[in-house]
Amino acid sequence: MWTYLKRQQAYLILGVFLVVLSFIHTHISPYLRQLLILSGINIILANGLNLISGITGQLSLGHAGFMAIGAYASAYLSVFVTGPESFAFLLNILAGGCLAGFFGFILGLPTLRLKGDYLAIVTLGFSEMIRVILLNMDSVGGARGLPQIPHNTDLIWTAGAVGLSLIFIYRMMKSYIGRAFLAIRENELAAQSCGINITKYKVISFTSGAFLAGIAGALFAHQLSYINPSIFGFIKSFEILIMIVLGGLGSLSGATLAAIILTFLPEALRPLQQITQIDFRMIIYSSLLIVMMLTRPSGLLGKRELWDFKIFGAFRRS
Amino acid sequence: MRRNMTVATILTNVFVSLIFVFSLGCTKKQQQSSETSKKSSQQNLETNDTILIGAVLSLTGPEATFGISTKNAIELSFEQKNKEGGVLGKKLKLITLDNQSKPEESAIAITKLITQDNVVAVLGEVASSRSIAMAPIAQSNKIPMLSTASTNPKVTELGDFIFRTSFIDPFQGPVLARFVFENLKMKKVAIFKDVKNDYSIGLSQFFKEKFVELGGQIISEQSYSAGDMDFKAQLTAIRSAKPEFVYLPGYYTDVGLILRQARELGIKVPFGGGDGWDSPKLFEIGGKATEGGYFSNHYSPEAEDPFVQSFVKEYEAKYGTVPDALAALGYDSGIIMIEALKNSKSLAGTDIRDALAKTSKIKGVTGIITFNSQRNPIKSAVIIKIEDGKQKYVTTIDPS
Repeated sequence: MWTYLKRQQAYLILGVFLVVLSFIHTHISPYLRQLLILSGINIILANGLNLISGITGQLSLGHAGFMAIGAYASAYLSVFVTGPESFAFLLNILAGGCLAGFFGFILGLPTLRLKGDYLAIVTLGFSEMIRVILLNMDSVGGARGLPQIPHNTDLIWTAGAVGLSLIFIYRMMKSYIGRAFLAIRENELAAQSCGINITKYKVISFTSGAFLAGIAGALFAHQLSYINPSIFGFIKSFEILIMIVLGGLGSLSGATLAAIILTFLPEALRPLQQITQIDFRMIIYSSLLIVMMLTRPSGLLGKRELWDFKIFGAFRRS
Repeated sequence: MRRNMTVATILTNVFVSLIFVFSLGCTKKQQQSSETSKKSSQQNLETNDTILIGAVLSLTGPEATFGISTKNAIELSFEQKNKEGGVLGKKLKLITLDNQSKPEESAIAITKLITQDNVVAVLGEVASSRSIAMAPIAQSNKIPMLSTASTNPKVTELGDFIFRTSFIDPFQGPVLARFVFENLKMKKVAIFKDVKNDYSIGLSQFFKEKFVELGGQIISEQSYSAGDMDFKAQLTAIRSAKPEFVYLPGYYTDVGLILRQARELGIKVPFGGGDGWDSPKLFEIGGKATEGGYFSNHYSPEAEDPFVQSFVKEYEAKYGTVPDALAALGYDSGIIMIEALKNSKSLAGTDIRDALAKTSKIKGVTGIITFNSQRNPIKSAVIIKIEDGKQKYVTTIDPS
């Protein structure tokens, strides 16, 4: 997107965005604000996984594990070391992200030689391992969880993090690194014969994805003010995977769109459950996924982006 | 063209920085306006003829049975009160939101109840993890929250707007210790606890402290992890220590398996535990091996108290099942909340909080309830014995 826009257009969009944000932040109800923050966190998670699974084509089922590392590391620092100041919060988020990224690097180095199903199993096992270790760590509360985390995450912080991560991924996709990712997804052997160091680029992709998951986890912990290991079970990993599959594997705007939809959908369906006393939420949610997979197996946007469609073509330089 | 571009850039820069200033100014104004809007919404409620009370419960997900029993019982208590004419001439209305047994969903649900539905108070949750996720939101909005069955002491420590109806682990452990020492007259006890479970660790610690203080002896302490399938190694160690009683504070799924394997190994002494044993599933899993076990619980549907009996009868007539302990706690939470609303000066959160804090000697199904200064109840516990696959009420033990 960046390259398509003239500089002042970009400034203008940023300005409009800030007006909207400041308006939203001050005028909407706390309930809607909370949902927007959650969808922001989900956007970062989905795009992080999209980088690994959608763009580089490595199926990972352990995203919740990286999220847990980020959440616990930052929450531990906030509760026991620094306290709730904004500047400390920024450092704690980054620390959470970096630790998650580091674990992604450590895990990625030996395991990314594996392909497909095998890699999926290893990542799944890794995230379960993280969960069980946290369950047995008394210093962070074990099974009781870690309460009284300062409530620092607000809409501005989340929007900032979402914006930066989207730009980060977009820039990466448009650079030679992103091209290498795509080449690996399309055909590893061909990519290798073109001189791409497969392991190196896989590890870069994996580490970046894990870093973003750590950032999202840190924001999540400071939003809920309480975390326990059961939140980061494999179901969470699947929820994130569903987002990117629904949005279209490899599509930045698709993952973003799906993350927003899937955060708001259960809340939008809540009145239905209250009226009927039956849990229609999950029924509709799952049937929606089935219908989706039958009619549009490549996801909402497929591999394309929002601005590839004609209606949004106005942003493009013609 | 070149000049135009720079002008445009400067203009947008100015524009952006203006917005920053604008947004900073806005934040302060908004806080005031939200306070005034809150006040006006409360005035609206007072002129209305209904009082809205919220509940966040696990109606779906792995712990759905907990939420459904609690919801049924709260509704029953409100319905009974409404038949008598409601509170201060107004009808009570319960809005229950589902949290899919997840802490993060609970936080969303309680925010919706407080800020969208404008409830005056919130009931719930059952599990401590979900209550802990909800408590800071209730506290910061100054809306009282009454947790029905969370036993972790941490829950009510999160703020002075947070109360609970169930007794806490430091009370439940000693209750069985006293029963074993004084009523069963046993002096040598082995403890078998779940190391992964905070509830189990807490109970065994408080049981041990009380039992040793009374003059008993803990002769063996073994541990397992929830989800284990084979317990024979630890049970053999317990057998060789020759205890008179084994304290096993776990959840019914593991307890059933452990009891089976203990009987297979020839351990004949009685076992005992806490309210985690309270489930019909215990007999399905453990079968005959559960016979003769004792456990502490919040209430027994067999207690002779006419108040308990009328509750059991009405609940059964309405929902077709015998109310479990969580239903009893839900019912009592409803009663406590009704009483507080009756005594409250207005429907403002702080007034209801003050009325709740003064709760004293309210007759409930789970005992006579008084809140202490930590907003925890002081009340009695019952001891239940398993006989012929059924729960038999043994005795009631008062706090000391």
